[in-house]
Amino acid sequence: MNKLKSAAELERLRKKIVSQRDPKRTCVVTSVGTCGLARGAAGVAQAIAAELNKDGLKDTVDFRTTGCHGFCEIEPVVVIYPQRIVYQHVTPADVPEILSETVAKGKVIDRLLYTDPASGRKIIYEQDIPFYGKQYRLLTDSIRFIDPHNLDDYIALGGYSALSKALFDMHPEEALDEISKSGLRGRGGAGYPTFRKWEAMRSAPSYDGIRYVICNADEGDPGAYMDRSLLEGNPHNIIEGMIIGAHTMGSHDGYVYVRNEYPLAVQNLGIALEQAREYGFLGKNILGSGFDFDIKISRGGGAFICGESTALMASLEGHIGEPRQKHIHTAMKGLYGRPTDLNNVETWANVPLIINRGAKWYTKIGTEGSKGTKIFSLVGKINNTGLVEVPMGITLREMVYDIGGGIPDGKKFKAVQTGGPSGGCIPESLLDLSVDFDRLNEAGSMMGSGGMIVMDENTCMVDMARYFVKFLTEESCGKCVPCREGLDRMLDLLNAVTEGKGKKADIDLLEELGGVIKEASLCGLGGTAPNPVLSTLRYFRDEYKAHVVDKRCPAGVCKALIKFTVDAVNCTGCRVCAKECPEGAITGEKKKLHVIDQEKCVKCGLCRDLCKFDAVLVS
Amino acid sequence: MEVDFKRVDAIVDSYGCNRDSLISILQDAQSEYRYLPEGVIRRVASRLRLPIIQVYGVATFFKAFSLKPRGEHLVHVCLGTACHVRGAPAVLDEVKRQLGVETGETSKDMRFTLETVNCLGACALGPILVVDGNYQGQMRPGKVKSVLKQYRKGAEGN
Repeated sequence: MNKLKSAAELERLRKKIVSQRDPKRTCVVTSVGTCGLARGAAGVAQAIAAELNKDGLKDTVDFRTTGCHGFCEIEPVVVIYPQRIVYQHVTPADVPEILSETVAKGKVIDRLLYTDPASGRKIIYEQDIPFYGKQYRLLTDSIRFIDPHNLDDYIALGGYSALSKALFDMHPEEALDEISKSGLRGRGGAGYPTFRKWEAMRSAPSYDGIRYVICNADEGDPGAYMDRSLLEGNPHNIIEGMIIGAHTMGSHDGYVYVRNEYPLAVQNLGIALEQAREYGFLGKNILGSGFDFDIKISRGGGAFICGESTALMASLEGHIGEPRQKHIHTAMKGLYGRPTDLNNVETWANVPLIINRGAKWYTKIGTEGSKGTKIFSLVGKINNTGLVEVPMGITLREMVYDIGGGIPDGKKFKAVQTGGPSGGCIPESLLDLSVDFDRLNEAGSMMGSGGMIVMDENTCMVDMARYFVKFLTEESCGKCVPCREGLDRMLDLLNAVTEGKGKKADIDLLEELGGVIKEASLCGLGGTAPNPVLSTLRYFRDEYKAHVVDKRCPAGVCKALIKFTVDAVNCTGCRVCAKECPEGAITGEKKKLHVIDQEKCVKCGLCRDLCKFDAVLVS
Repeated sequence: MEVDFKRVDAIVDSYGCNRDSLISILQDAQSEYRYLPEGVIRRVASRLRLPIIQVYGVATFFKAFSLKPRGEHLVHVCLGTACHVRGAPAVLDEVKRQLGVETGETSKDMRFTLETVNCLGACALGPILVVDGNYQGQMRPGKVKSVLKQYRKGAEGN
């Protein structure tokens, strides 16, 4: 491949690629993102490739492996184009039949179809699945057309045309103006207006002219994985956004700081960067414009704090990831003391879209203060788990029930947790809340990077608060006292409450301590760390009271406050639990009722998990 | 442990002997040795002309690094929020019991090291157990034994 030297050459290449493709041709698509692979998609992909070779269908049928389509619940998934027939939970053994029946004869295989849990209806076409119904997949829809290892796929969809527009048809100030008018706010969590960062960085002095742009892919919020999915599925979108940003701000050096827990994202991004250099989108004299820019990958070391801008930059320089005070913003003095712009993966992914289609179009989507779409990971106790992209302003109820399909096993909805460890739990009474930056803040939570964890009646809110505080005590870098010591103290109190040793005064103390940590911590980690406790205290105070006053865990989670017993009606006396109990706490003869010795029971729950007759009860 | 400087040097050189690649260098070195022996830390520091304390600081600050030798098989239990809600703590307890080790420890026969991870980003399949990079989704305490058995067998066969 020769480097592209002008906008015209890129357009010629695009025309050539598109003309060689027939949209009516049959194409078998399977998604091999991390979630698909975890369910065996690699075997399915191999089987398809081998079978196509064997059948000699190779010349008439295309085959494409892509990133995650979003509906992780039904992985491994195979989609047959152009009809978009979708099959769920496919195994390698299903592949020959799919090719001989559906691909060759157009016959639909009933047993592989997805059944909508709400209506009980079987669904043939991907676009008819209710999970996709209320979504607006601006950033994520293209993933199903793109093999992340093939830059031509991205170009065929109009890829790098925004870059070409920004380089040749727009002055950097016009690009900045477009971003400003679009109202784009940072998708990493805090929702800071993107153009303000860009503007500050652009006008900041650099003594040697060096300035950096960084993509923050240190997606540390547990329960959020949209950045992983974007990097794995459409890495060029992010690269294109970064080049446009660099050109606008006058930077020639970029970094992507990515979690090492995402090996596939690192790999796909690495391949994409290599290809972008080969085509002339990165390196010297990009598309013949005279503009130079390149991107390096830097892998994180598994520290949550490194999502914070100053800690991330310290770690990029090869230091430990401790944040510093930000009286001088990183836009003035960031990486190696130079002006530095840091934006989240999803923010960068929005940039080419805004440049291409204009702020006027973009601002039509979303609410007054929050424009565009947001990707959420809808996970936890919900029927349709997966990544959903929705216009800002959609209600939580629509997300949980219309897209998520409600709570499994007929259980009752209790809360939805947003914003990761910095966010909070939102109760059922606020389900009609509009999902945007400002409304979520008002409810005591935050947008965060987009994790949305649904909880049902079997989730203990005190245990959840304890979980997050424990997470944060481990992840606190230890630099400032309020965060390091305060969180430790909060954890002690929460441990006492969940162990049934809590006092009524502990609840007030938790609230007071939370207020101090919020006020006095150095960085955003400490400043938001008490949120999970404060929000659960605000909405679920009764549960705390049940733990300290009645010594009871209403959800049946906290080990010290629960008891496992065997149900006399359901127990068949099969001896499975008695044999497997690690403490030898279960006794009973074959075909007779078993009994759990409460003295010996460690409440591991293994018996309950192994029992096929639902005969182990928790009280 | 004796450290072959050539291997360490090759890793350092592959990053252009660049200080801003310290974490990546340590990561590659760790995949080579399964942990970071003292000799590696000293060599990396001297090659990058960094004080040993800085390299040691980074190696101990970040969760991904281990200064103790790790077992033949690496077992990771994901404790992300989605996995937690779906019962990851019970899965972790069961793994601990099966392996007879606490989190961060290695079994005496050096076969298994147990670690936890904050989130692997495969939340839809939680709770997740990863052995040697192979993801096992929708784990339950009752499934742990049979998953680990495959790796026990493998070791006996060798």
